[in-house]
Amino acid sequence: MTTKLSPAQMAWRAAQDIADGAYVNLGIGFPELVARFQPPGREAIFHTENGILGFGAAPAPGDEDWDLINAGKKAVTLKPGTAFFHHADSFAMVRGGHLDVAILGAYEVAENGDLANWSTGPKGVPAVGGAMDLVHGAKRVAVMTDHVTKDGKPKLLHRCTLPLTGVGCVTRIYSSHAVIDIADGHFVLREKLPSLTLDALQSMTGATLHLDGPVTDLAVPDL
Amino acid sequence: MDKTLPDLATAVAGIRDGMTVMIGGFGGSGAPIELIHALIDRFLATGHPKDLTVVNNNAGNGHVGLAALIEAGMVAKLICSFPRSADPVVFTERYLAGQIELELVPQGTLAERIRAGGAGIPAFYTPTSYGTDLAKGKPVATFDGKPYVQERWLKADVALVKAHLGDRLGNLTYRMAARNFNPLMCMAATTTIVQVTRILPAGDIDPEAVITPGIFVQGIVEIASPAQEETLNRAGARHPQVSA
Repeated sequence: MTTKLSPAQMAWRAAQDIADGAYVNLGIGFPELVARFQPPGREAIFHTENGILGFGAAPAPGDEDWDLINAGKKAVTLKPGTAFFHHADSFAMVRGGHLDVAILGAYEVAENGDLANWSTGPKGVPAVGGAMDLVHGAKRVAVMTDHVTKDGKPKLLHRCTLPLTGVGCVTRIYSSHAVIDIADGHFVLREKLPSLTLDALQSMTGATLHLDGPVTDLAVPDL
Repeated sequence: MDKTLPDLATAVAGIRDGMTVMIGGFGGSGAPIELIHALIDRFLATGHPKDLTVVNNNAGNGHVGLAALIEAGMVAKLICSFPRSADPVVFTERYLAGQIELELVPQGTLAERIRAGGAGIPAFYTPTSYGTDLAKGKPVATFDGKPYVQERWLKADVALVKAHLGDRLGNLTYRMAARNFNPLMCMAATTTIVQVTRILPAGDIDPEAVITPGIFVQGIVEIASPAQEETLNRAGARHPQVSA
């Protein structure tokens, strides 16, 4: 019995919502996995901040070309139809509303759609990258995250406690345990792991889970 | 007109203490490693330039390129979006010790500030960073019902840039995603110095393929086989090389 989706399984679920023809930016880390699970018959075009549209999968070890990398500085490959552009054009695509979907990681997400994913506070080195631009640019901003922190505390909260990346920007969360929409300042539960009771899920969540229509079983793909 | 420079030492000779220097690249792609190392070599020989403000997307990786520039103690302030990398030890240690100032700028805002600097636009409004710590102290205005943050242009005394092909007039092409910030930085600096893999006769770059027109370039130096930061770091390289 599955008690928690793996990052790949979360990515698979997020990929099911990406329409044919969508332009998509995937955040550094787990969200990058989404590109592996494009449903058959659909073509999504992936954008990376450092100036590539339509790149392909990672090359075989030893075949890397370090002028051909993604925003996570990982080597990627060319596909027929790839385009290169400079950073100002890249962020015109972002802020100008030309991307259909951005899928980001999160430290915290709040029921009002606020996202915190760039700073864990005053200690350490802060690093923001393109996240603050992406949350205001894409037509749909989703988050892919474990439902709770490594020590079991909720990451889905009434209000974020860490420095914000963006205000009221997230509309869907793909967590390790559920799919949750954000609407009118509330978490609305859409799907949950079949093994998990509603009460158990609520106890792992830092704000009320609202119901609006049926809650369906979250798929557990065999990957 | 001939913007060709004879060597790296000449290329970096005009950079003085306290200048703002834009350095192209995103991580190692498009990073002008040879120009940076020539600047370090000049500092090691003469004690100058120092107290530099450096603009780059990142903060260096390992012990070569921008990381080596910081390690040499030449950088007083870094303006960047993402000062983390696979091996960020040099910047991290100096930052946590309070030895280097950091101005953290969202990546798209950094790109647009540089573009604005090159295009003569002193300020612009962006939705990016609204409601966050990075918007503190900045004017906010509402357009069509949405709040936007005012950001100012960013200009530099010198830009150090890596391109692929060039000609004596300064026309440039880039190689794949090594383009990134380089064309913007060419526009935003008083003096733009470019290293290219090959300098071709004028006319040999198809005018349709020129990415940076030569008007934005002041000097160009040929480095036929440029080093790649990622490759250097995988080999454990340092600059300057530590003698046994």
